[in-house]
Amino acid sequence: MRSFDPQLAEIRFGYGLSPDIAAPRDATQILDGLAAPDDMAARYPTEPFRTFLDRSVAAQATRVMERKNRGTPQEKQARQERQQLNRDARKAWIGWVGQNLWRRSFTDTAFRERLVAFWADHFTARGKVGVFRRATTPYIDDAIRPAITLRFADLLQSAVMHPVMLDYLDQARSMGPNSRVAKRRAGRKPSGMNENLAREVLELHTLGVGAPYTQTDVTELAKLFTGMTYQAKKGYYFRAGFVEPGAERVLGQTYADAWDDGSVRAALEDLAMHRSTARHIAWKLAVHFTSDDPEAALVDALEATYLAHDGALMPVYATLLDHPASWQPQLVNAKPPIDFVSSAIRALSPAQDVAGAATPKQFIKFILRPLAQMGQAWEQPIGPDGWSENDADWITPQGIAARVTWAMQVPRHVRNPLPDPRVFVETTLGGFADEPVRFAAAAAESKPEAIGIVLMSPAFQRR
Amino acid sequence: MPAALSRRDFLFRSGLVGCSLAASPLLTPVSFAAAPWDTRLVVIILRGGMDGLDVVQPYGDPAFAALRATLSGGPEQGAHDLDGYFALHPGLGALMPMWRAGQLAFMHAVSTPYRDKRSHFDGQDLLEAGTATLSGARDGWLNRMLQAVPGVTAQTAYAIGRDNMRLLTGAADVANWSPDAELTLSPRAERLLDLVTEPDPALHAALSEARLLAASGPGPDKKRAADHVQVAEFAALQLSAESRIAAFSLNGWDTHGGQKRALGNALGRLADTLLTLEKRMAGGVWDKTAVVAMTEFGRTVRQNGTQGTDHGTGGLMVLAGGAVRGGRVYGQWPGLGEGDLYQDRDLMPTGDVRAHAAWIMRGLTGLDHAALEGAVFPGLDMGRDAGLLL
Repeated sequence: MRSFDPQLAEIRFGYGLSPDIAAPRDATQILDGLAAPDDMAARYPTEPFRTFLDRSVAAQATRVMERKNRGTPQEKQARQERQQLNRDARKAWIGWVGQNLWRRSFTDTAFRERLVAFWADHFTARGKVGVFRRATTPYIDDAIRPAITLRFADLLQSAVMHPVMLDYLDQARSMGPNSRVAKRRAGRKPSGMNENLAREVLELHTLGVGAPYTQTDVTELAKLFTGMTYQAKKGYYFRAGFVEPGAERVLGQTYADAWDDGSVRAALEDLAMHRSTARHIAWKLAVHFTSDDPEAALVDALEATYLAHDGALMPVYATLLDHPASWQPQLVNAKPPIDFVSSAIRALSPAQDVAGAATPKQFIKFILRPLAQMGQAWEQPIGPDGWSENDADWITPQGIAARVTWAMQVPRHVRNPLPDPRVFVETTLGGFADEPVRFAAAAAESKPEAIGIVLMSPAFQRR
Repeated sequence: MPAALSRRDFLFRSGLVGCSLAASPLLTPVSFAAAPWDTRLVVIILRGGMDGLDVVQPYGDPAFAALRATLSGGPEQGAHDLDGYFALHPGLGALMPMWRAGQLAFMHAVSTPYRDKRSHFDGQDLLEAGTATLSGARDGWLNRMLQAVPGVTAQTAYAIGRDNMRLLTGAADVANWSPDAELTLSPRAERLLDLVTEPDPALHAALSEARLLAASGPGPDKKRAADHVQVAEFAALQLSAESRIAAFSLNGWDTHGGQKRALGNALGRLADTLLTLEKRMAGGVWDKTAVVAMTEFGRTVRQNGTQGTDHGTGGLMVLAGGAVRGGRVYGQWPGLGEGDLYQDRDLMPTGDVRAHAAWIMRGLTGLDHAALEGAVFPGLDMGRDAGLLL
């Protein structure tokens, strides 16, 4: 019988077992936890996006100062101020790395943290220059985190219309070739469209690349998207002067001329409810949580639930947690590096004051640099498709070398003194501990090596 | 003839063998002459879609200037004239001596068979798979080339960098390593790790290979040169020894906005990479080397509204090395005028990147037509040899 198992739930749908936090009893407890207030976000706050934008406003002011005072001491001073703002943002960013890790370590609803990471990856976005490069966590906490329990259409709008996404996929300056602003510029200043966001919305966020859409759909959607932009001072806003006049036709559906973002929202709503999107989302969830090669029955069930509930995500999660395919006992998917490190910290369960006292230098040395060496630099995926789900991309010699080095050297800095390895193997792997790992935990010649071996065991590397 | 040394001997001598390493695919007999050929091939995947029209600018084409209002100004804007028709982006200016020495060439207006959806990710998958469609093989064409030649060992080919390279993935053993990787373990920890990971073949194999490569490699670069320079130095080192093939990626070519700066940066990294390979390959190895840099697609012929370019079709291959017949821009130029473009937006592809790669492999390794058109690039018609190699 393949059905809910508390330990497996923590491993497959969370960040692994914690020695201090009880695993969920059943799927209902997990879903109730998702529906309850987000206490982890409150306990380990990051920075509200509105506040983050003040950093951009300040940085822009220094740029203006620099331009106005070319060749004077004020120019140098303004540049130094901007560099300081960049340093401050970087320091804050490192702090948010910690908040993310502590949420994963100390939550009793780890599924929420997994879903946030899953959707943040689905809607990969990062700022491109200056302080905005540090905007990813505020974006996730603003656009993704509060929307993961709503309808997919809501999540889609929230992510796609967010300033960080508009910056990342070059939407913010895209204007129709016949828009009011383009006509005013009349070739004196560059003007025109950029189709990057429109393409990725179809290919990555909604329909999926295999779906029947064409270059014309991409171009039409890019026209429809004109007007969405942002400013540091006001955040997202719709700039009618950028709008390409005329109706657009996307996937056979016509969207009337609009001078607000009503037609953008209508198109995103339609795309969210497209059959191809339902299939795409169902497939991605099944791959992420169960296997690179998921059972067809699971994908079908997720798709059916999605369509039956108007794209509401809570019923989809309920189907995922209820389906027998989710509970096949063999651990298959390889944990990507960030999840390996996150779950190791949860298993080590550092004292809260130790966690709170960690310095930026320590984060760089013990977390950020090792993650880059493992192949998954924090918040820096190569492209808008996010991180690979393919296990073979993570189980590489160079990546595994970096994991072993981390597993042997870093845990003692997370928890000192280290736990007894014979206990650690049980609290960390539970019923998934096999004889070789039990033997090795007891037979290693030092505690750090024993802990490292447990963390490198297949039962910890996979989920 | 070099002395044959089995990898097992090597492992035992280095004290690397744990209790069950015998199961490792690396424990096959090797000869340190490595491969039956002596030339070197470096394949660089330029991820993101390089704008070939801005890299090698067809300023002699009468339609060009009007299509690119603020980009690609030709020699008047600082590009280096190559042949009176094409000019090289200033970002590759450091390579002009290589061009004049006849060791740098370009193949214009080429593409994979990928069309129309213009997805980076499918485009790169197809580029690395080397097949005609996406439902083809899961392994990479460079690995299939290794499968087709005898005498290949686990260190004949290196995939270098932190990311996995599909191009070299497949049944033939290759080494995957990153210049900043290291692994030092106590003998006891090694044995126990070996025992614990044994039930998981993929994990176990990766760990075994990591131990082997960490022991035989130069160790991480403590100077902390830029990542791409470290990769090139590592490649040069391996190719100067037993290795014959190296593959790695350079990212950052997706220039939708602010292309002037973004492309300049990416080209700077490409120039550094090629110059590092040239400088660091010891004992005349550069003279028998061909470097092939290819990208998933080119970009739109017209500049977009944000001083950049969007995803296109026909693109550019960059070729370098002493084995290359350089100093020229190859390819059949399709023109940029009315009716010349692909779907009225992209550079029309007039050649297949796979055919040129196939001719280069044929020239370097002697692999025959049947293997190249049947196994390495299934269904490919190699066509006429463009004569890219000396």
